[in-house]
Amino acid sequence: MEDFWAGVLWALRIWLYLIISLIMIPAMFGFSLGISETYMTILVKTLEWATLSIQKANAEEEKVNASASNGLIQREGGSMEKELEELRRSRPKPPEGGDFTLSDCFYFSRRGIESIVDDEVTQRFTSEELVSWNLLTRTNNDFQYISLKLTLVYGLGIFVRYCILAPLRITLACIGLTWLVIGTSAVGFLPNSRVKFWLSEWVHVMCYRICARGLSATIHYHNRENKPKKGGICVANHTSPIDIVILCNDGCYAMVGQVHGGLMGILQRAMVRSCPHVWFERSEMKDRHLVTKRLKDHVNDKTKLPILIFPEGTCINNTSVMMFKKGSFEIGATIYPVAIKYDPKFGDAFWNSSKYSMVSYLLRMMTSWALVCNVWYLPAMHQQEGEDAVHFANRVKSAIAHQGGLIDLQWDGGLKRAKVKDTFKEQQQKKYSSMVVGDDSSGNSD
Amino acid sequence: MGSRASTLLREEEIEEIKKETGFSHSQITRLYSRFTSLDKGENGTLSREDFQRIPELAINPLGDRIINAFFPEGEDQVNFKGFMRTLAHFRPIEDNEKNKNLPASEPLNSRTNKLLFAFRLYDLDRDNKISRDELLQVLRMMVGVNISDEQLGSIADRTIQEADTNGDSCISFQEFMKVLEKVDVEQKMSIRFLH
Repeated sequence: MEDFWAGVLWALRIWLYLIISLIMIPAMFGFSLGISETYMTILVKTLEWATLSIQKANAEEEKVNASASNGLIQREGGSMEKELEELRRSRPKPPEGGDFTLSDCFYFSRRGIESIVDDEVTQRFTSEELVSWNLLTRTNNDFQYISLKLTLVYGLGIFVRYCILAPLRITLACIGLTWLVIGTSAVGFLPNSRVKFWLSEWVHVMCYRICARGLSATIHYHNRENKPKKGGICVANHTSPIDIVILCNDGCYAMVGQVHGGLMGILQRAMVRSCPHVWFERSEMKDRHLVTKRLKDHVNDKTKLPILIFPEGTCINNTSVMMFKKGSFEIGATIYPVAIKYDPKFGDAFWNSSKYSMVSYLLRMMTSWALVCNVWYLPAMHQQEGEDAVHFANRVKSAIAHQGGLIDLQWDGGLKRAKVKDTFKEQQQKKYSSMVVGDDSSGNSD
Repeated sequence: MGSRASTLLREEEIEEIKKETGFSHSQITRLYSRFTSLDKGENGTLSREDFQRIPELAINPLGDRIINAFFPEGEDQVNFKGFMRTLAHFRPIEDNEKNKNLPASEPLNSRTNKLLFAFRLYDLDRDNKISRDELLQVLRMMVGVNISDEQLGSIADRTIQEADTNGDSCISFQEFMKVLEKVDVEQKMSIRFLH
């Protein structure tokens, strides 16, 4: 019996040594031994092979499914004016009493039914649909029996993901997070000096690198020359809390957010000791002036790190960018836009917060194949003269959407939980009214 | 999610819906997956709130009327079959369907049924007549507060005058069809469903 425990202890020791020497040390200093690269090559090959065999197995079905990723219906993008014009072509405009025909409701019915079948907003809050199965059982393409070979590979995949990768990644994440707490707390005791800043940055980046390895993250950074500089605000599209790990692998940011309890709270308290993050109490968050003021103070201090903000305010499924809240664009600081796009083939990075808790989300991530993502640094943007914060926010959003290959949506991400405001409906009614009675008289009745 | 959802839908049910609505097998399974994602109560039926949660529908001036079209009188839940039956009104009319001359019953996406869908948007009390009052109420939904009562009243009067042939100051379905006989209903009340 004693032999057995000694054996277990010995195995554990070897396991830890291996992790430390092969992963931790390289991660600390930011170089790579090529293990993850090899893993990625094998993975890409396997998935390519799987896709090929799936296609071969249902060659004729595939044709039907080709359109599957494009949605259920094809919308006609005509504006209200154009469509109503067409509807009214069949009858002459009456001389008086306003222009209305019974067929006007056709336009609204068609639009309504279209949105029931396939709308732009709600589907952004559920996982992205994939074109072909990626040997994971958690997307729209569930387990499919195609051939014995493929099933064997799938089984092997389960073994590798759950029995080898998952324990490894969990160990790494634990080490990374513990390091972060210990490291930042220790650095916090040092007096304010350049050494402290430097050390704090090193500790942060190191821990995030270890965490990133814990997710097998392969991150491609583009246009590094546009990296956010001190005294600015970095804005990015938001898919999951992992976005922070991804961005911080390449440099440090000051975080803005609400003070949390539990594990997050411990992390936040430790981090704020070594470098100035901006945490708010829940009650303070409501006071917009206070928030703006503290952000302004932070930005004006050129020695402090750039602030990282996700202006969408909620996680979107990585197919689109939704409305940017104007708050961070009112401060008047330089904005450094960043576009983040995950590759859905290797695992779904989207955190569906209404469905999964943080921990179960992380476990899903750690049992996925890998996390592959592209990060584009966009050139700094400034508010133009005469441009208000809302327009500026929209301009930045479009730039990010364009660069990341994401759909640019006007809708508010807050619709995930809240109902749409009545003013949007009023806009539609106003537009229609002006079609009925003409612009001038609608102006009078306001 | 798609195929996971489709496993809950029995093959016979799919066949039945296919026959009744004319949707293809893959359209049915995909619409079923949409149905389940709208079904926040996860009880296999949709309520009015489930529909209202779609922002684009919530801002549609006739959104409430359209939602209402899914619910038979007196009911406040719609199951997948009922959901599909209403959607089927918006299937385009295909060439081969035109020539088939089905003797049994008219397909849901026929010109008449499409018009009936539109007619019922106006017919609030489901008495198969559009009264001046009903027309005014629907007009008010469409224009909001932007047009005065008098102006809307004269629009309603004129519309009824134009359509009414038997002098009862209401629009019956026959009169409704007559007024819209030149309109390309087949195209305007159709959605391009992909395979």
